[in-house]
Amino acid sequence: MQNEWLYIGLFLVVGIIVPVVPLAFAALISPKKPNPIKQATYECGIETVGDSWVQFKAQYYVFALVFLVFDVETVFLFPWALSLKQLPLFVVLEGILFIGILVAGLVYTWRKGMLEWV
Amino acid sequence: MTADKIIFLLIGVLILVSALMVVTTRKLIHAALWLVAALFGVAVLYAILQAGFLAVVQVVVYIGAIAILFIFAVMLTRRDMRDQGPQTRSNWWIAALLGLLILAGLVFLIINQPDVERTAAVIPAGVDTLRNLGTALVSPDAYVLPFEVASVLLLAALVGAVYIAGFGKKS
Amino acid sequence: MTLAGFLNDPINFVAQWLTGLLTGWGFSNGLITVILYFIGILVLVVFAMLLDIGLVWVERKVVARFQDRLGPNRIGPFGLIQPIADIIKLVIKEDITPAGADKVVFNIAPVLAAMSVISLWAILPLSSKIFGVDLNVAVLYLVAAGALGTLSIIMGGWASNNKYALLGAFRMVANMVSYEIPMVVTLLIPVILADTMSVQGITQAQSGMWFAILSPLAFVIFFISAIAELGRSPFDLVEAESELTAGFNVEYSGMKFGWFYASELLHAFTFGGFMAVLFFGGYGGFFGLEKLSAFHWLTNPFIQAAVFIAKAMFGYWAIMWVKYSMPRIRIDHMLAFNWKFLVPLSLVVLVNTAILNKLLAGLPAWGYTLGMFLSNVIIGVVTIEILRAYGRKQRKSEQTLAQAMRN
Repeated sequence: MQNEWLYIGLFLVVGIIVPVVPLAFAALISPKKPNPIKQATYECGIETVGDSWVQFKAQYYVFALVFLVFDVETVFLFPWALSLKQLPLFVVLEGILFIGILVAGLVYTWRKGMLEWV
Repeated sequence: MTADKIIFLLIGVLILVSALMVVTTRKLIHAALWLVAALFGVAVLYAILQAGFLAVVQVVVYIGAIAILFIFAVMLTRRDMRDQGPQTRSNWWIAALLGLLILAGLVFLIINQPDVERTAAVIPAGVDTLRNLGTALVSPDAYVLPFEVASVLLLAALVGAVYIAGFGKKS
Repeated sequence: MTLAGFLNDPINFVAQWLTGLLTGWGFSNGLITVILYFIGILVLVVFAMLLDIGLVWVERKVVARFQDRLGPNRIGPFGLIQPIADIIKLVIKEDITPAGADKVVFNIAPVLAAMSVISLWAILPLSSKIFGVDLNVAVLYLVAAGALGTLSIIMGGWASNNKYALLGAFRMVANMVSYEIPMVVTLLIPVILADTMSVQGITQAQSGMWFAILSPLAFVIFFISAIAELGRSPFDLVEAESELTAGFNVEYSGMKFGWFYASELLHAFTFGGFMAVLFFGGYGGFFGLEKLSAFHWLTNPFIQAAVFIAKAMFGYWAIMWVKYSMPRIRIDHMLAFNWKFLVPLSLVVLVNTAILNKLLAGLPAWGYTLGMFLSNVIIGVVTIEILRAYGRKQRKSEQTLAQAMRN
């Protein structure tokens, strides 16, 4: 295994241990006196009405979906960006074609009103 | 038992356990989070295979976009985010038998491949795999057509999403 | 084994000394590598954590000065011991888990948030000789760490069993996820200009000219997207105190809240560091000055680390400046700003950079710089003209509508 990724793996392990240590310490020395009033859901001091599930807007999902498509596009663009220096100009044009097709998609979703927050 | 093999076994166990928990846990959000753990294990596998770019892309696309999409979908559509009803059907043993048969068949096929004991070729020191990937994606005699077709596929996905979400119809 | 050897190449110096020591004690090579890695990681993480504590003080003093007041000045000289008092307070507070919360997810969320930010310090190039690893996909690693942070927010919001926390988490995640597109697209621009994805390579490619001068629009777009990614004002719908009372972390108390807060500050500082690396020359970028023999001390690793931290602090201060000067933006304006303005603009800047990078490749350095800078200015002017025309059209249609209503 490449030594770089071993370092990153160890870094992640240390990165998990470092937050846990103060939390464990706090769990040891902090007072524990639970009572129902303290554990009630916080709603600016008013008693909660109804259960804790409300219908959220579907528009959140739509934005995550459009983000997914563009995320995959930008991931494709990273190897393209690295190949620009060695190869001639038409490689740039290939990338522009790629970006152009997806900009057409963005314009389509814009015109269809999918990017509105109704 | 080199360190490589130990780490591979640990990651394999993590992925299998997470995948098992995805399908057996009762709370749907927990299923989505176990899926995140399984995807992260796959990213670690890519890193072990020295495919660093794929490991990072796995985290960015799968965990950063697709898992978030799953979690949104679960939270937005399920009123009660708990799986109701019994978890096994009455004829579960037929499914288990079929599953075991398929597993046995696959293991048999894989073990009898002539190349299964071969170790992966060592990448020579001076080769920049990332740049080779980039050059391959845009060279006309390599993979430029799949590269452009991928963008058309993404466009199709976007148009499909617009239509299914109901934005394409005139209201 | 001299002091000069340590000053010029600290990590290798210590590594060689320790390797000699440990082989003398009979450890195997693999184990020595792991031990050395561990020690290096601990040093970096401890440094990051101490910096984080200092950042709490910096944040409170700067916000106070922006608001024309003094800030903490009772505890210690200039209030320097204030963050330590804060930490002690957070640690001894009672840990209240709301009723019906999902305990496992509730506890994992702050740990994941802190881990995602700490893991960024593995690739931060403090100097040419002081860094964690020189990863060849470092730029995408930055995005991946942000993705883990996004996940921790939604975990925290959902596990609190509080519909307002969940609403805050949704809005925050929709925000962060949308602004990731312009951020990743503008991250591509230093990659094109430096022809590498590693941060060391990008820093060294800027020894002649900063990328912020070659592509100022890319820097501006990255700055805006970075502020949105951090969830700070003007994009801070989560901490909209008047709306959601601390949003997704409203049910967190004690050290768990402390970790959310501390990781946000450290994330802001790390983004300041990345802005310095990607656009302002990182630990170098002295326009070729360090090649003169009189300025050779500029290549010393410790001086480079100091330069890097200074630039990162300046970036962090700029982020704070924006935070404490601008009002909050409404969510529909925010998302429209991203999808209808920043994404097309960043793609245009990317295409422009790619084409000009090829076309101007043969020119001397000043020609290249001038060409790129002018192209960015032209794009900026054209964008402003388009926006003005759009604004004029809007105002005219509103005027005709008002007139029609009056008649």
